[in-house]
Amino acid sequence: MTSQANLIRTTYREAMRQAIREAMQRDPRVFLMGEDVGRYGGSFAVSKGLLEEFGPERIRDTPLSESAFVGAGIGAAMGGMRPIVEIMTVNFSLLALDQIMNNAAAIHYMSGGQFNIPLVIRMTTGAGRQLAAQHSHSLEGWYAHIPGIKVLTPATLEDARGMLWTALEDPDPVLIFEHGSLYNMEGDLAADAGAVDIDKAVVRRPGTDLSLITYGGTLDKAIRAAGDLAAMGIDAEVIDLRTLRPLDTATIVDSVTRTHRAIIIDEGWRSGSISAEITARIMEHAFYELDAPIERICTAEAPMPYAKHLEDAALPQPAAIIEAARKMVKGDG
Amino acid sequence: MAEFRMPALGADMDSGKIIEWRIKPGDKVKRGDIVALVDTDKATIEVEVFENGIVESIVVPEGETVAVGTALAMIRGEAEAVAPRAPSPTPAAVHKPAPPSPAPSRAPLRAEPPSPPIAIVPPPAQAPAPARRSLRVSPLAMRVAMDLGVNLLSVKGTGPDGAITRKDVEGAAQAAAQTAAPAAAQAQPPAPRPGEAIKVVSMPRAPAAGDRQAAMRKAIAAAMGRSKREIPHYYLGTQIDMSAAMEWLRAENLNRPVTNRLLYSALLLKAVAIAVRQIPEMNGYWVDGVFKSSAAIHVGVAISLRQGGLIAPAIHDVDKLSLDEIMVSLRELVKRVRAGILRSSEIADATLTVTSLGEQGVETVFGIIYPPQVALVGFGRIVERPWADKGMVGARPVMTATLAADHRVSDGHRGGLFLAAIDRILREPQKL
Repeated sequence: MTSQANLIRTTYREAMRQAIREAMQRDPRVFLMGEDVGRYGGSFAVSKGLLEEFGPERIRDTPLSESAFVGAGIGAAMGGMRPIVEIMTVNFSLLALDQIMNNAAAIHYMSGGQFNIPLVIRMTTGAGRQLAAQHSHSLEGWYAHIPGIKVLTPATLEDARGMLWTALEDPDPVLIFEHGSLYNMEGDLAADAGAVDIDKAVVRRPGTDLSLITYGGTLDKAIRAAGDLAAMGIDAEVIDLRTLRPLDTATIVDSVTRTHRAIIIDEGWRSGSISAEITARIMEHAFYELDAPIERICTAEAPMPYAKHLEDAALPQPAAIIEAARKMVKGDG
Repeated sequence: MAEFRMPALGADMDSGKIIEWRIKPGDKVKRGDIVALVDTDKATIEVEVFENGIVESIVVPEGETVAVGTALAMIRGEAEAVAPRAPSPTPAAVHKPAPPSPAPSRAPLRAEPPSPPIAIVPPPAQAPAPARRSLRVSPLAMRVAMDLGVNLLSVKGTGPDGAITRKDVEGAAQAAAQTAAPAAAQAQPPAPRPGEAIKVVSMPRAPAAGDRQAAMRKAIAAAMGRSKREIPHYYLGTQIDMSAAMEWLRAENLNRPVTNRLLYSALLLKAVAIAVRQIPEMNGYWVDGVFKSSAAIHVGVAISLRQGGLIAPAIHDVDKLSLDEIMVSLRELVKRVRAGILRSSEIADATLTVTSLGEQGVETVFGIIYPPQVALVGFGRIVERPWADKGMVGARPVMTATLAADHRVSDGHRGGLFLAAIDRILREPQKL
């Protein structure tokens, strides 16, 4: 237990920055590179002040070429460094998909185990800030398809603070998806908060009637929906997946085995999504525990609209979660 | 019009074969009449009808095997007029839209009245058959229904799109238990319990023995596989000095005609039933993540079959039976099991099981719980062993009693108390 005195008021952004700072201090092989991470302080201000603190050798601004600087990161990792590569948003990561998938994820295998790629790639994902179809998509579910990498989706201050170090310790490439709506999230964090595991899902709110399974930017929506559902007499459990690859099937199955109902909330598009994968795993492992068909709340299958009301309508919202949960638990009879 | 459907006769039955119809179209039937002979994996069973009425049609012919819940025959309620078609009429949809006629000439007796309230007296419990669609049952509800022996066709679904959920099944089981309980209390022990759809019958045309054996092997495999997969067993064992019990039995049997002599198995069953009153965690069912203890103590008795396989039918309310009554039940049961004739209540109702492999000469039994039960008591052979008591060593008849129990429900401490209670009871046989 942490006493009140040991808590500090912080934000997700500051927690992430603190994680980078600590990694730089602990390990001289760690450096950060990406577009505007240095003098501009990062597109989302995560690395603000780090250039002054660590100098241009370790906080490196790169040209606007995702393919080039992710490739450079892979090379640096092969050469013994521990690079943190920041990609501005997930949309732009597709320019580096070849490097991520065909090199970073595969070299360890293709080299017969001679080369590990201890590379960490951070990027912003998700919508909700009127950044439209250029900057708002949620493609982490896509990346979770690729063997050879890990896909992390920190949704809390603790995970923002603690996942990076564990990711850097990992001998293989790790992708960290930071939902853009979380950076300003404020809360109390233990002053001595440190590394956390990156392979377990966590029950953020225990419940008995159904499981809300989610991650990243929709975790808070699910928790708010669970609060409203409690007032309606529906006791929802909320699972924060934390890591999309490898997926913690055991925690999901354990929860559904207790609640017998599941709603998956995923900001990705529905077709071929991580929510589809989770659904399949529940079917494979807990079919006979199900008391209702699995439901999914996903983003409308369209490029993300710019207009606020359209963007809101396209995204998973607590109201939709509540409606689905009510129908599932109370039925229509 | 009601559909008479293939009933579920126990947790491991998913289909049954009509061996013989005892009714034909036009016959009048009343609740309790035996209407068909059905063969299941484990036994041949006479099936009773639940309601009064007239047989409209036979849907499934003799010799056919159908899934549980399949409509077997159509039975028209007594107050019902002859239906236009059966089975499963889809009323409005099938008929062409009749031209609007001012005066309906074919004054219908059926319940589609024009606005004036015609006095129609629907027979009780008659449900109008709406346009049929496949039954919606959640996988969990299906499983729970199997465990509780609930006929899903009698359950009203309240889940999404009217699906039957676990809650609906459990509600139906509870309602059934409440209506059955008072009646059951009056019933004499060996008599079938009211509310039972099935009665005992001999096997006139049993299927080939090989088929049944294979089917039984399959049923045992399913139940035991499930048990080992799902139930975290723990095992305890204790040696029981049987000298008092055997001595009492010998004295008691001296005064009895040979036909009325007691076997020590009766003592064991009674001792288990009395002991489980004190440790109720051993008696009941693990259903859907929750233990439901049973007030009634129905002891399943594992009986091996000569041709292989075994079956563990229940003797009901063993704790309330005298030793003589237990003997009668036991003899009956063994006889009928070996003849392949059983009551559905015997198959489905056991709340814990006793297995006694002593007659095969083994000393210790490590049992597998029969799900959804939570405990199995095993008794080995009674052997003479040196036994120290009060500083003296002597030869005593000693029996090893073991317990396999479900760790989700109870812990070793309670299991130990249970075995200790059995031990204590067997040392005072005169109180049985």
